[in-house]
Amino acid sequence: MSPGTEFAPSCPIPITQYPRVLMAHGGGGKLMRDLLEKMFFSALGPAPAEGRHDSAVLEFPAGRLAFTTDSYVVRPIIFPGGDIGSMAVHGTVNDLAMSGARPLWLSVAFILEEGLPMETLWRLVCSLRDAAARCGVRIVTGDTKVVDKGKGDGLFINTAGIGVVEHSLTIAPASVRAGDAVLINGDLGRHGMAIMSVREGLEFQGRIESDSAPVSGLVQKLLAAGVEIHCLRDLTRGGLASALNEIAEDSQLRIMVDEKSVPVREDVHAACELLGLDPFQVACEGRFAAFIPAKDADRALAIMRADECGAGSVGIGTVEDIQPPLVVLKSAIGATRILDMPAGEQLPRIC
Amino acid sequence: MKFLDEYRDGPKAAEFARQIARVTTRPWAIMEICGGQTHAIVKFGIDELLPKSITLIHGPGCPVCVTPLEFINKAIEIASRPGTIFCSFGDMLRVPGSDTDLLSVKAAGADVRMVYSPSDAVKIAVENPSKEVVFFAVGFETTAPATALAVRQAAERHVNNFSMLVTHVLVPPAIEALLSSPECRVQGFLAAGHVCAVMGCAEYGPLAAKYRVPIVVTGFEPLDILQGVLMCVRQLEEGRAVVENQYTRAVRPDGNQYARDLIREVFEVAPRKWRGLGEIPASGLRLRRQYESLDAEKKFGLAGHDTPENPECLSGLVLQGRIKPPECPAFAKICSPEHPLGAPMVSSEGACAAYYRYRNRAPSAAHQPAPPTPSPISPTH
Repeated sequence: MSPGTEFAPSCPIPITQYPRVLMAHGGGGKLMRDLLEKMFFSALGPAPAEGRHDSAVLEFPAGRLAFTTDSYVVRPIIFPGGDIGSMAVHGTVNDLAMSGARPLWLSVAFILEEGLPMETLWRLVCSLRDAAARCGVRIVTGDTKVVDKGKGDGLFINTAGIGVVEHSLTIAPASVRAGDAVLINGDLGRHGMAIMSVREGLEFQGRIESDSAPVSGLVQKLLAAGVEIHCLRDLTRGGLASALNEIAEDSQLRIMVDEKSVPVREDVHAACELLGLDPFQVACEGRFAAFIPAKDADRALAIMRADECGAGSVGIGTVEDIQPPLVVLKSAIGATRILDMPAGEQLPRIC
Repeated sequence: MKFLDEYRDGPKAAEFARQIARVTTRPWAIMEICGGQTHAIVKFGIDELLPKSITLIHGPGCPVCVTPLEFINKAIEIASRPGTIFCSFGDMLRVPGSDTDLLSVKAAGADVRMVYSPSDAVKIAVENPSKEVVFFAVGFETTAPATALAVRQAAERHVNNFSMLVTHVLVPPAIEALLSSPECRVQGFLAAGHVCAVMGCAEYGPLAAKYRVPIVVTGFEPLDILQGVLMCVRQLEEGRAVVENQYTRAVRPDGNQYARDLIREVFEVAPRKWRGLGEIPASGLRLRRQYESLDAEKKFGLAGHDTPENPECLSGLVLQGRIKPPECPAFAKICSPEHPLGAPMVSSEGACAAYYRYRNRAPSAAHQPAPPTPSPISPTH
């Protein structure tokens, strides 16, 4: 999804005054207050009635809550199809969605490096704000720290999220059953290859853009339609291979995948071939795998395909009661091989 | 034609497999030289498609795997010195030396950088004039031209803070060494397609004639390998032993003259120790006298050590094709990609890594080929 197109061109901290972040902006004094007021508070929403203080006090809905946290250290901080700001919202919202939770609130903590241009920070804050608005989440609390130049690599962001679980399912690997269909909501590898293309200076006829997007809306539609969801897992670091291996291990079942059915765009495939990477191990930021009982699979696919985050949804395999628990790929030429857990760090600083 | 999927076509692969089965009347043992070919075979299950009487033996064509242990230790020693930037292709970073590896040394604070091309290392040297920049020049004839180009660039631009740790190796001497061994069971070869794209096919004629082995220059996609096997088996069945080119879309009989000229300008042939195979005469490349100042071994005073190998690592036998990785007692037990005993378990072209990734933990009867029975056409020594 494209970054916030409504980003205001004029940075609220006059560029002539403080074009870059200084240590003092994290010091707790006047400069920090200025940064908070003019930059963060103005972008991230009105203060609660009782004013701002050290923690946000919230009315919790009844029932179960989902709670998650993620830190974002992606390089570069602005990439085709997104930036660290919008990613910091999408990633955490998606983690909540993987439990079938409706996202409610986020916290945002920034670690800024001294020297970061204010224009860049403003752009990222606006992107974060816009992503939150699109997801329907409120940013209710946050923190800012500044570290010396050379100790922080631009900026790092942590977001923690709270969502409400309004269904009664147990969406987890333990619920996966033999016979379940494995569905994904679109083609693989765009985020990782968008990043790598920029890092390695690869140019393609059309730019590869990240697939960074929130999938919470799509998951809510599946739940609202009464689809029996056994498990959901987002395909971030380590890609499809990592996610499926974890679930096979945790559920103690075998997952069979038909390689030909897994969609990978031609330019992503080409980039992977050039760099010697396996598209099944490349990170996505708007993709998940869903484990749905066979009886609901077609209905689930129809619902997913009708959503903007699921137009390319497809069934890629099935769960079988075979030991040992592994992920097995039926290859394009008909032979089978193991789709192994990725070893080591193929793509550092990808999310 | 996008060259992505056409050479992985299922029905065409099945057709090649049928043709191979039709012409095969006896057991044959064929070695694919290149690690990239080994990976394709294991990944796509090509050996599963072949008749049981055909055994594919994995060759030593993984430059990371055959780099002697002492070179890894020298690399680590250089990288550990303050004021150096050590540049390498990704695979070498995880190969264990005697005590540690480059990635661990990086975690401890050394400036170790992954590069995709040796020219990138020259650029780093230009951008960091106060540091000594060293490039780990590993590889067969395929990568030697790029290294040669970087050497020439550095020399022309007087980049005095740049040097190379050179451990390039040559394929034909390794084939000869394998064929001269009394335990050699290999009856035909699939030669490394990209090596031949540079060097051409001429060097292999004398080997085919002397040892009476068919040599088919082969590519890396499933259809390439299947076609290469078919061409090799046909020769074996017909009693022929010549060089043929399967990989015509990339390999010309005379190869790439410009690339070879570059290699010859910068390097000369030298004896080289191969990890797992021992010293093979005239099997490596070293920098010529006039480029001595770019030789990291001389610059850092690291000439000649000999380093004993871990006795539990049987990579030598794997590289010679005498055992398959799962036959090693350490395979998938004390040796894994996370805790490797030797190079073939970490290299992206290593046979042990291929089996671990694609076949580990679920060996099936189909993956254990029948051992070849001795055939009347055996290589003469």
